[in-house]
Amino acid sequence: MDGKFKKIVIDNSDTIVHMWLDEVDSLKDGNYTSSISDELFENTNREFVNVIFSSIQKQGASISLEEFSEKLINLGWPLSYITDGLQVFRRVTVDYILSQSDQVDSTYISNVLKSVDMWVEPIIRQLVNEYSGSWEHIVSLQRVALQELSAPLIPVMDSITVMPLIGTIDTERAKLIMENLLEGVIRHNAEVVLIDITGVPVVDTMVAHHIIQAAEAVRLIGSTCILVGIRPEIAQTIVNLGIDLGKFPTKSSLRKGFTAALEITNRKVVDLDGKEESIGRMLDSLNGE
Amino acid sequence: MGLQSCVNINKEWDIVGARQMGRDIAREIGFGTVDQARIATAISELARNIYLYAETGQICFEVIDNINQKGISMIAIDSGPGIRDISQVMEDGFSTSGGLGAGLPGVKRLMDDFDIKSEEGKGTEIRALKWVR
Ligand SMILES: Nc1ncnc2c1ncn2[C@@H]1O[C@H](COP(=O)(O)OP(=O)(O)OP(=O)(O)O)[C@@H](O)[C@H]1O
Ligand SMILES: [Mg+2]
Repeated sequence: MDGKFKKIVIDNSDTIVHMWLDEVDSLKDGNYTSSISDELFENTNREFVNVIFSSIQKQGASISLEEFSEKLINLGWPLSYITDGLQVFRRVTVDYILSQSDQVDSTYISNVLKSVDMWVEPIIRQLVNEYSGSWEHIVSLQRVALQELSAPLIPVMDSITVMPLIGTIDTERAKLIMENLLEGVIRHNAEVVLIDITGVPVVDTMVAHHIIQAAEAVRLIGSTCILVGIRPEIAQTIVNLGIDLGKFPTKSSLRKGFTAALEITNRKVVDLDGKEESIGRMLDSLNGE
Repeated sequence: MGLQSCVNINKEWDIVGARQMGRDIAREIGFGTVDQARIATAISELARNIYLYAETGQICFEVIDNINQKGISMIAIDSGPGIRDISQVMEDGFSTSGGLGAGLPGVKRLMDDFDIKSEEGKGTEIRALKWVR
């Protein structure tokens, strides 16, 4: 039976493709983004239906499925394009096979349905798997990208490095901060490293503990760590928590911290015009104050 | 007494969710920036203790709206191992996890009112309250 149905479908692929294209075309409005051009949509549809037919002919999985799903992801099309398309294919094909048969009883219908499902199911499965697999891949890449952003080190000048921290610090990030800090201080040969916590929303005991440990570790490898960007409300909560930050230098702003760092490294900013204010302005712009 | 809103603590990022909810409520009822930070930090401590020592639990918030004062009340409940010696954990610097041991005594100082009940093997319930000034 299955072979007979398959022969009908393959012998009449032109008609079925035509019916399928007509139906899928009507799905475009309202279902998919209008930014998709008609030409691209038609070309992709043609490719889609070719993929379906070659998969049926070859009995199951093929490389073209993989390529096709990758293409859809690159285009940014929704998963529903795949599921809708195959749904339509199933309906059109079943209708067509039935229309080509003389006697149609319920066993016959059920056989047709079974056959068509058998062709379509592996395609759905593979396309959906490829599709979601690619998304997982993208998510994991973004995770790596986010991790790289989570504890950046900026070597602003010889021997002075800044680590600006923005956003919530969880234990995983706290560990990363410590690793990057030590590795970076050694790599950039930094005498002073400024940790800027202006962008950290809450400094609780866990965060404070990790910062203290990081500063202590930096001290052990012979450099100085200055904690800067302590907002007034953060300063008060740290005091309320009873945390002693007295052991290492802190400054309210990056600007003050930078000035201190220059002093430690025996340097100062000299304005060639001799105007004191413009130094201040330069430092202001550095800090965005 | 206002409505209670609760956040379940099951994973580390739930701490952030609890903090967010508490801070939103605090802002809404008129706490200033410093008190908002105090409240968010207190929530962080209680939620993290649940996550660390009891694994799961709940933080609930209630707005208190009396004739002469407004405030936020938070309750941290868990059915974890409980605390044997309460006066010991309220000492600055006591920690069984290598932490600073500043969490619980810190919360007591950050808030206006603090109450802790715990039974070994049963769980812990901590209430803390702050008034709008
Ligand atoms: N919900 C809880 N259930 C069981 N034990 C708890 C709970 N909360 C706190 N404890 C115990 O009380 C001790 C003190 O808690 P506290 O929060 O003050 O400090 P910590 O968590 O050890 O360190 P940190 O300064 O980072 O908070 C903990 O080490 C733990 O043994
Ligand atoms: Mg704690």
